[in-house]
Amino acid sequence: MEVSLTVNGAVRSAHVEARTLLVHLLRDELGLTGTNVGCDTSSCGACTVLIDGRSAKSCTLLAAQVDGAELTTIEGLAGDDGLHPMQQAFQDCHGLQCGFCTPGMVMAAISLVDEYPDLDGDSVREGLEGNLCRCTGYQNIVKAVLTAAGSE
Amino acid sequence: MTDTATNPFTGGVVGQRRVRKEDPALLTGEAKFIDDLHLPGALWVACVRSPHAHARISAIDTSAALTTDGVVTVYTGDDLTGDWAAPLPCAWPVTEDMKNPAHLPVAVGKANYAGDIVAVVVAESRYAAADGLEGVVVDYEPLDAVVTMEAARSDNVVIHDDLGTNVSYVWELTPDPDGLAAAFDEAAHHITETYLQQRLIPAAMEPRGVAAVPAPHNGDITLYSSTQIPHILKVMAAITLGLPEQKVRVVAPSVGGGFGSKLDVYAEEIICMALANRHGVPVRWTESRTEAAGSTIQGRGQIQTMELAADAEGRLKAVRATLVADMGAYLQLVTPGVPLLGAFLYHGLYDVPLYSFTCTGVFTNLTPTDAYRGAGRPEATYAIERAMDALAEAVGVGPDEIRSRNYIPADKFPYDSPAGLVFDSGNYQPTLDRAKELVDWDSLRTEQAQRRASGSKLHLGLGISSYVEMCGLAPSRTLAALNYSAGGWESATVRILPTCKVQVVTGATPHGQGHETCWSMIVADRLGVDPDDVEVLHSDTAITPLGMDTYGSRSLSVGGTALWMATEKVVGKATGIAAHMLEANPEDLEFSGGVFSVKGSPGSEVPLAGVAFGAFTAHDLPDGVEPNLEAQVTWDPTNFTFPFGTHIAVVEVDEDTGSVRLVDYGAVDDCGNQINPMIVEGQIHGGIVQGVAQALWEDAVYDDEGQLRSANLADYLVPSAAECIDMKLESTVTPSPTNPMGVKGIGEAGTIASTPAVINAVVDALRPLGVTDVAMPASPMNVRQAITAAEGGAS
Repeated sequence: MEVSLTVNGAVRSAHVEARTLLVHLLRDELGLTGTNVGCDTSSCGACTVLIDGRSAKSCTLLAAQVDGAELTTIEGLAGDDGLHPMQQAFQDCHGLQCGFCTPGMVMAAISLVDEYPDLDGDSVREGLEGNLCRCTGYQNIVKAVLTAAGSE
Repeated sequence: MTDTATNPFTGGVVGQRRVRKEDPALLTGEAKFIDDLHLPGALWVACVRSPHAHARISAIDTSAALTTDGVVTVYTGDDLTGDWAAPLPCAWPVTEDMKNPAHLPVAVGKANYAGDIVAVVVAESRYAAADGLEGVVVDYEPLDAVVTMEAARSDNVVIHDDLGTNVSYVWELTPDPDGLAAAFDEAAHHITETYLQQRLIPAAMEPRGVAAVPAPHNGDITLYSSTQIPHILKVMAAITLGLPEQKVRVVAPSVGGGFGSKLDVYAEEIICMALANRHGVPVRWTESRTEAAGSTIQGRGQIQTMELAADAEGRLKAVRATLVADMGAYLQLVTPGVPLLGAFLYHGLYDVPLYSFTCTGVFTNLTPTDAYRGAGRPEATYAIERAMDALAEAVGVGPDEIRSRNYIPADKFPYDSPAGLVFDSGNYQPTLDRAKELVDWDSLRTEQAQRRASGSKLHLGLGISSYVEMCGLAPSRTLAALNYSAGGWESATVRILPTCKVQVVTGATPHGQGHETCWSMIVADRLGVDPDDVEVLHSDTAITPLGMDTYGSRSLSVGGTALWMATEKVVGKATGIAAHMLEANPEDLEFSGGVFSVKGSPGSEVPLAGVAFGAFTAHDLPDGVEPNLEAQVTWDPTNFTFPFGTHIAVVEVDEDTGSVRLVDYGAVDDCGNQINPMIVEGQIHGGIVQGVAQALWEDAVYDDEGQLRSANLADYLVPSAAECIDMKLESTVTPSPTNPMGVKGIGEAGTIASTPAVINAVVDALRPLGVTDVAMPASPMNVRQAITAAEGGAS
């Protein structure tokens, strides 16, 4: 089947099997490999992208379900003026080590900050519960999100 | 103690909290992990894995798979036996008579754990390969599974018929048996405790993956793998497949965490290489998370019996540790050696004259175990730190006081340990004192007493863990004494380019630690260049042919030392050229801030850039000097390094529900001189959480048939941010005198220290209820069972 959607501002389309997961459309058909797959139970959040501005786990959706939608992936954040403020905060606060969870974590964090204006440490921790990181112990991730949100 | 004030860094770069140069690629999706590689025409492999823990394979019918769309072919174990020149390797035969069953990449005749590969499907896409799995029908004759270590030792069911027993080895270290026996006979306090180290799933966030790319006409093959050990893997793959080593190249692209689980030679790596050569096209495989439960090694898995002999005041006279260690179904790369990495540390950082350690390694029908963050040292630290709390109770003093009475005194370094090691440097008491201040120990004790007096069922608990670990694996001669099949050296090359930019080539293999940033800082500090002008090349055996890779907190103290020495060597060579240019004696030159100058002759100087270009043009070099500014050093360490510290966990335990909440955490660590404190803290943060996770949440739960019940991230409780808290970190600096940078290593300290700190805190909280131990993980169920058992014992 034909799927057409806007990804990072550009209209993209691909011919996929009906069973194709969104994350595999992004990675295997559109070449956007920044979105990672870390599990098979919707637990880890490494595949998080923004669909119409809200975070979603792209391993849990079929490509067909997002036909016509507007997506942002990690590749769509940085521009000519450098890293997105959330990406920059992750670097400044050492919020990543191996970097595998990072694209999903950054996308989830952007959505979180967008939806909740008055974040504190506890609400960041609750808000990122669906994104697992094995390296950082989360302390610097929380710091990064609060920094990007202007709360720290 | 010597050299405690030593800090050889004068360039102002080392010691900065410098952000990582690795990050922009990782933050933008530009970094390529194994599954990101674009390999046109590649075939995909899917593995048919035994659903039984122990079963004979009667027949395999592949016909349905072969007619599945996109499936190219299917291979059984029998089809591939001719492809292996040797079984999968175990590099650590810990005893002369260690039993090691043949471990073929694809099993023949019998499956020995749930997950053992019995056939492989080769297909044109990852979806087609998965479809093909459905079409492979295997007839199994299930056999009784050996699930527990006790069952393994009984030999009622022997897993590997040809071995005749489930015992792989017995390894003992008892330097003075008579003295040990006498010490226990004379002890005022004889503590005996038994602890179970549950199996853990490493769960690096990136599942493993492999891509083998052949060049059929000239015989080259490149293996891309999500591995910590491209160099070791290259040698082992060549041996296992009978390939000429010079034709094998191994590349580790961006690697999404390892924690020891990617320190191995795995069946899928060898399978993909064999099939790539058979088919003449790239062959790849990416692990699913659930598949990982049966295809990637697990950690821990030990029963520990810990005995302490102490005098009336609680001063230790002897320590005896007796282990049974679960190898799983086969011996992976260093499986049998993992308990031995703790074998020398069961007395912790305490001054003990007499020592004994014995480990019995047994086979079970479970996923093989191998190194997992800390590898042997978390287990050792857990045992001694739990036992020290038991001793404190017996003596009637606090857990802080019992430790202070027994720490190796600061004036006793270098310390000859009862296990035969020489601890390089240490000063332990200040880490305890400061950790207590970080959590406000005295106030918490007051609050704890108030809660107890009020009858509160929300109990406060404080737990201490002091640790010493051994890093910097390893002096090659020591490894030889332990029967390890390789050396412990590391290599580095420093190359100053014609434009005075710098390339560093390292044999260490990063997978999240920040080597590129730290190595750049070390070189920049000495050469007076900008760290951004230093490029660090790694993880590709064609670019960095010499290396022993990254594990055991070895990169900085071994690989970093090689780097330091290579930098010095380049400076030495540049000094000779600079002296020639300045018409001075090399001895009269000094090098600072990137400039060579003649001492006492202002203005007589040449910048490194001038020397670099001079070395490149070679128009006027001193006689006998080669036209380059490059040096390579391979360093074999003279000793391990011994980082140490004290962690204190504060927990709240709900007596009614059994739930445990982490309230506060203070850690004071000493890893010697620090290159980048920001990165040091990051390592400690992540390490602490991994250790806390063993104490409170994580457990590879097997049922009686050897089926893993916590096989994915929905059931296996890797903590999220919501369960974790902000930790308070501080450090002391006691440089190691055994390497020129005075560094020790910090990759595993957090994991080593935190598990016993948390369990000591949980037990401390529940002590008024008569609880003396809580099984890990201290889940609500295990806590409630401990309370119930204590109530039963009291009635």
